[in-house]
Amino acid sequence: MLANWGYQDGSGVYFITIDTDKCNGCRECIEACPQRVFEVGEDPADPLREEPVAFVVDEQRRKLRFACSPCKKYLTAEGGSAASRTPAELLAKELKNLPCVAACERGAITHSW
Amino acid sequence: MINAGIDIGGKEVKVVLLKDGEVIAREKAMGGFEQGQVTEELLERAIKSAGISKKDIASTGVTGSGKKYAPPHEAEITEIGAAAKGAALLYPSARTVIDSGAEDSRAIKCDEKGVAKDFTTNDKCAAGAGAFTESMARALEIRLEEFGEISLQSKKTVPINAQCAVFAESEVVSLINSKTAKEDIARAVNDALAERVVAMVKRIGVEKDVVVIGGMAKNVGYLDGLKRGFKMDVIVPEHPEFIGALGAAIAAREN
Amino acid sequence: MAENTEKKELWRWLEARWTNPDIDWKQGKIVSAGIDVGSVSTQCVVMVDGDLYCYSSLRSGSGSVDSAWRGSNRALEGTGMTVDDWHYCVGTGYGRVNVPMSKRAITEIACHGRGANWMYGPQVKTILDMGGQDCKVIRVDEKGKVTNFAMNDKCAAGAGRGMEVFADFVGVSINDVGDKSFEIDEEPKPVSSTCVIFAKSEAAGLLKEGWQVSKVLAAYCSAMAHRVWELMVRVGIEPELSITGGIAKNRGVVERLEKEIGMKFQEKKWHNPDYIKRNYPFDTQIAGAIGGALFAKALAEKGKA
Repeated sequence: MLANWGYQDGSGVYFITIDTDKCNGCRECIEACPQRVFEVGEDPADPLREEPVAFVVDEQRRKLRFACSPCKKYLTAEGGSAASRTPAELLAKELKNLPCVAACERGAITHSW
Repeated sequence: MINAGIDIGGKEVKVVLLKDGEVIAREKAMGGFEQGQVTEELLERAIKSAGISKKDIASTGVTGSGKKYAPPHEAEITEIGAAAKGAALLYPSARTVIDSGAEDSRAIKCDEKGVAKDFTTNDKCAAGAGAFTESMARALEIRLEEFGEISLQSKKTVPINAQCAVFAESEVVSLINSKTAKEDIARAVNDALAERVVAMVKRIGVEKDVVVIGGMAKNVGYLDGLKRGFKMDVIVPEHPEFIGALGAAIAAREN
Repeated sequence: MAENTEKKELWRWLEARWTNPDIDWKQGKIVSAGIDVGSVSTQCVVMVDGDLYCYSSLRSGSGSVDSAWRGSNRALEGTGMTVDDWHYCVGTGYGRVNVPMSKRAITEIACHGRGANWMYGPQVKTILDMGGQDCKVIRVDEKGKVTNFAMNDKCAAGAGRGMEVFADFVGVSINDVGDKSFEIDEEPKPVSSTCVIFAKSEAAGLLKEGWQVSKVLAAYCSAMAHRVWELMVRVGIEPELSITGGIAKNRGVVERLEKEIGMKFQEKKWHNPDYIKRNYPFDTQIAGAIGGALFAKALAEKGKA
């Protein structure tokens, strides 16, 4: 199951996606994240699942852009304006280096920005 | 040499006249739907108050989200560039410039020459800019000019969970109805906005000296929140909302 | 103005209750309940052996506990049943952790997925639910288990509230937005601002330029439909599609959304042919509570095993 945690607003689209089929509840993402974005527990979307799973905590979900801001240093300013985006290839590479993404052995975590 | 700088923002139009590195006139007014006309009027007023005539102006620079409404000019510069140049002229030690306007916020890393090295912006979302505090000030029936001072009187923190200006307004109305003190709510509002801006700035890293410009820089409650978030002091120019226009004038001079 | 406000209240807070005339609950083995406490409305559904027995839908009260009790009492009116007869109750919705008669709180994502699947049938794979405060897109398998989801409850422009604010700004009652948005000669470009606060300024500018209100509404509905579409694309759009929540009543957004997706939302009809034959009411608002009652039944059975 793909759980998309986050939101979209006028300033952009910010989702962290956790693949719960891959997640084994190891808690490495919690250890890696400096902003307490993750928690591991009962699956919010599958209450009959017995193994715990990682999810984004409520307090951070609605401010994900700001919660994750410190780790997003790869968002370059080249090209100017708020609409500037890191080139797709660079983004794909940098996303893999995010602490939470890198910490997950199963590759269960992805960021949309 | 005299140069004019125009900053057409989402809410107000700002005009400055720069003579040999000194600002000799500054005027501003609400832009409304007649930004072009308002700009012309402001220029006339500035020329008059500086005691010069129109032909004394060597060149004009323009910046702001409403640049397209500006009268004919010689130079154009982005808000990022204008903020960096303006802040660096006044404070060569400025390395992080935070421009908080009515409709957007931006943070710029610059060098001593005012060249922008990196930046981040929050636009198109009212929760990240002055529009947030404006809505709340209205709901609280507090004048925007007093909003900062009043918030500093608060001795209690009250959470605002909503991250959207529209939802936050409802939350504020509930707080008012449950008799929460106005100064506590005002503080919560300023803190919420400051938190978001601080978080945004952390992406590019905070380096002193931090200079805060734009209309929001006049809100002492917001400044207090920024200082707490950065854990350092901030510099606020005397006329913070004119720094963008100043940068545009510098751009015209350098052209 | 007062008339408009009243209409708005009626639309949002349509109250209802119903008891299944064909079931004698005392003959049933498992009585399960689901209570969906939202910020605006609360629903309580009671099932007997997985069959819909009774339900209520009413305005949420001063607190979740109060809403849960009022919802339960209203649903049970005239049935002779009390909450003590429930083998298991699940709380869901915004106030789910404060439902005193529930044994467990389960998220709206899970309950909505299950409930919509049960009401519409296993062919429904993508569920769109938008209320005043949030917008959810849920993909389910044929058993109603969630396979993908996204929920946006941060930005008012992505929820019913944004539409309310905008409609109020241009002076149109929320009920009339849909029809009025089609009183135009040709589809205008969508408003460029996502944020409803900035969209209001943009609308003021358009009105000043001479745009008719209906054209401005069309531009906003179009922008909102596109936003919803983007959220749906993230989760993946798999037929069949079903729609619940206040948005379903706004054809201004729904029809433009259907056009952008290239598919229509399922007709509001029971999957169970018996229910259709017996003319049981099909109220999409109770989908979450139904999901809760279904989970409650499963958990009650697990407990007994």
